[in-house]
Amino acid sequence: MGRKLLLAHENVPGIDRLDVYRAHGGYASVEKALKSMKPEDVVEEVKKSGLRGRGGAGFPTGLKWSFLAKPEGVPRYLVCNADESEPGTFKDRYLMEKIPHSLIEGMIVSSYALGSNTSYIYIRGEYFYVSRILEKAIQEAYEAGWLGKNILGTDYSLDLYVQVGAGAYICGEETALIESLEGKRGNPRIKPPFPAVAGLWGCPTVVNNVETIAAVAPIINMGGEEYAKIGIGKSTGTKLISASGHINKPGVYEIELGLPVEEFIYSDQYCGGIRNGKKLKAVVAGGSSVPILPADLILKTAKGEPRLMTYESLFDGGFQSGTMLGSGGFIVMDEDTSIVKNLWNFTRFYHHESCGQCSPCREGTGWMEKILHKFLEGTANLSDIDLLWDIQSKIEGKTICPLGDAAAWPVASAIRHFKQEFEEIAKSKKFKDVSHYERLHKPAMA
Amino acid sequence: MKVTIDGIEIDVPKGTTILQAARMIGKKVAPPAMCYYSKLKTTGGYCRTCIVKVTKASAQNPNPIPKPVASCRTEVADGMEVQNFTSQEVIEARKGVVEFLLINHPLDCPICDQAGECKLQDLGYEHGSAKTRYEFKRREYEMIDIGDKIKLHMNRCILCYRCVKLCDQLTDKRVHGVIHRGDAAEISTYIKNVIDNDFSGNVIDVCPVGALTDRTFRFKQRVWFTKPVDAKRNCDKCSGKVRLWLKGEEVLRVTARMDEWGEVEDFICNACRFEKKRKSDWTIEGPSKIDRHSVISQNHYEHLNELKVKAMKQQKALGFMPFDKRP
Repeated sequence: MGRKLLLAHENVPGIDRLDVYRAHGGYASVEKALKSMKPEDVVEEVKKSGLRGRGGAGFPTGLKWSFLAKPEGVPRYLVCNADESEPGTFKDRYLMEKIPHSLIEGMIVSSYALGSNTSYIYIRGEYFYVSRILEKAIQEAYEAGWLGKNILGTDYSLDLYVQVGAGAYICGEETALIESLEGKRGNPRIKPPFPAVAGLWGCPTVVNNVETIAAVAPIINMGGEEYAKIGIGKSTGTKLISASGHINKPGVYEIELGLPVEEFIYSDQYCGGIRNGKKLKAVVAGGSSVPILPADLILKTAKGEPRLMTYESLFDGGFQSGTMLGSGGFIVMDEDTSIVKNLWNFTRFYHHESCGQCSPCREGTGWMEKILHKFLEGTANLSDIDLLWDIQSKIEGKTICPLGDAAAWPVASAIRHFKQEFEEIAKSKKFKDVSHYERLHKPAMA
Repeated sequence: MKVTIDGIEIDVPKGTTILQAARMIGKKVAPPAMCYYSKLKTTGGYCRTCIVKVTKASAQNPNPIPKPVASCRTEVADGMEVQNFTSQEVIEARKGVVEFLLINHPLDCPICDQAGECKLQDLGYEHGSAKTRYEFKRREYEMIDIGDKIKLHMNRCILCYRCVKLCDQLTDKRVHGVIHRGDAAEISTYIKNVIDNDFSGNVIDVCPVGALTDRTFRFKQRVWFTKPVDAKRNCDKCSGKVRLWLKGEEVLRVTARMDEWGEVEDFICNACRFEKKRKSDWTIEGPSKIDRHSVISQNHYEHLNELKVKAMKQQKALGFMPFDKRP
């Protein structure tokens, strides 16, 4: 346990420079792929590896690549989704900031596999300084001949561009990202057609998360079958987890999938236990949009088996008693946390980030925020809990893109597992943490 | 391709959407649509009122589609089975959508020019609930004049994007779009720009609500007190086929002719719409067909007189004294 593939050299001084990165085995996968493998072989290796999308949905990457349409005479594009905006998730930033060349290496191999001669890294506006790091790394790669015309003397040419977004959560949705990349308002498109058929500029496009693309390099180096040996079942390989909240050691950790959740929270190698000796209350396991779970359900499934950090184990029990691995934004809350206030904060975020295209999300997210605000003011009634439940059920699954679901799931799960807290406030007409609340801002859009 | 909607089977060509197929069957299965407009490309998918449940994806894949789909943007597959009004789930979900569309709507129908021909009124009446559960302040904007003939009243807008797509597709100069996001999103023109082209008036016709209204008709008359007739003139810019809204001999308003789905038959030019306001400008073809459930149909004065005479006869036969003749 504890193998590191992406962050193996994170502490090497100067690893953001090409020469140091190369000295630690960097760009070996480019050499291997371009010189000795056909593009189809690379896709095949990724399929064998069982790599799943690290952005949140966990869709098998090899399968996604094989869906890419290949009409004659039409360019294909690979777009790297670096619009990491999910509250609680900061793994991509860490990777790009520390080891920018690992992403570029992955981009070259993936672009080669997909037959893309122009690829883009779409990075969120708030990561402006990271885009500078990437630009510098790309410049180095061009100068050393890893990018540009006829890479390593082969027929393959690749141009890589960094595009900075304007700072919108919705642009992490792949079709909204493509719209934004085209210079338009970042509204998600209505699917079908899927980007694999008509994406950027109407051409077949693959959009992958930073971590997914970076993971392609070790897969080519070690072989897909070898990579698939790490992890459990269909959750193969390693995963970056952004651990935050009331823990002793917040930060980005690379874990082998299959690590028990309990070990991840309490071992000194990872989170190092709950801060100030407090008790664990709840965990949001995969970024703010996945269902929140109380301590007993996150450590053990409803059946009493220990929960593991895998796509399947975290989802065990469905939304009734399970959650999702999501993007790996692991938020830990101690016994003093108010779930209601936390939920209001999440909902406020989704309200602010809704694009406004389709009605349930545009109107529903704001409505939910206003009701939750009533709880913080201590003016809520018991009927408001039912109303919240009803609103979230009318948003979920009715929207164009998954932002509606992302706004609805936290509300549903908080009410499902912590209804008592809502009831206490509604009955006593008093929110415990009033002083703290007053220091916080007003609602995003009153 | 064969598709079954609410138990009724129909054969449609490839590329037909579920909504179009449902409209071919007829009003009893057609889902309501607030943003989809068959005359404009890439409209639809935003309002979510037309959502339906696909219980069988196709003949090859008999599984249901887990989430409800927007029927206006989903193409049919051979052997597809769709539930609209027969699914309680769809009816409930649609009720939710109507509620969302109405929570920030000002409900100022008594002073709104669109009242009587407003799609949101119809939608609320047919698919919504009688009460609102929303207790907060509604969204408010200032009214804007976009051009000397058109008023934009954002409070009433449901962000269907029809006017944006219309200006994008009918004319070559697009000067308006959507700014801001989420529930702060609003239709707006570029800074200090007005919508100024020969076909700009059509945004009034495609607007399902009273957000874009005709300034030459504002507050003149309730629509159900005017009489619609179809009329024609020779116009070098458009087909010249319009609908006149008369009050006596006076032409109060000119609009395009609407079909049974509330969509215009032909887009008309601004000269026909705003400048030809005399009856002598037009050749009247005859009374317009108006859905008999519409409040506008209540304005059949001749018919109303007939009813009155009939009622009086009945009353006389039964020995009633009319109210105004009573001592």
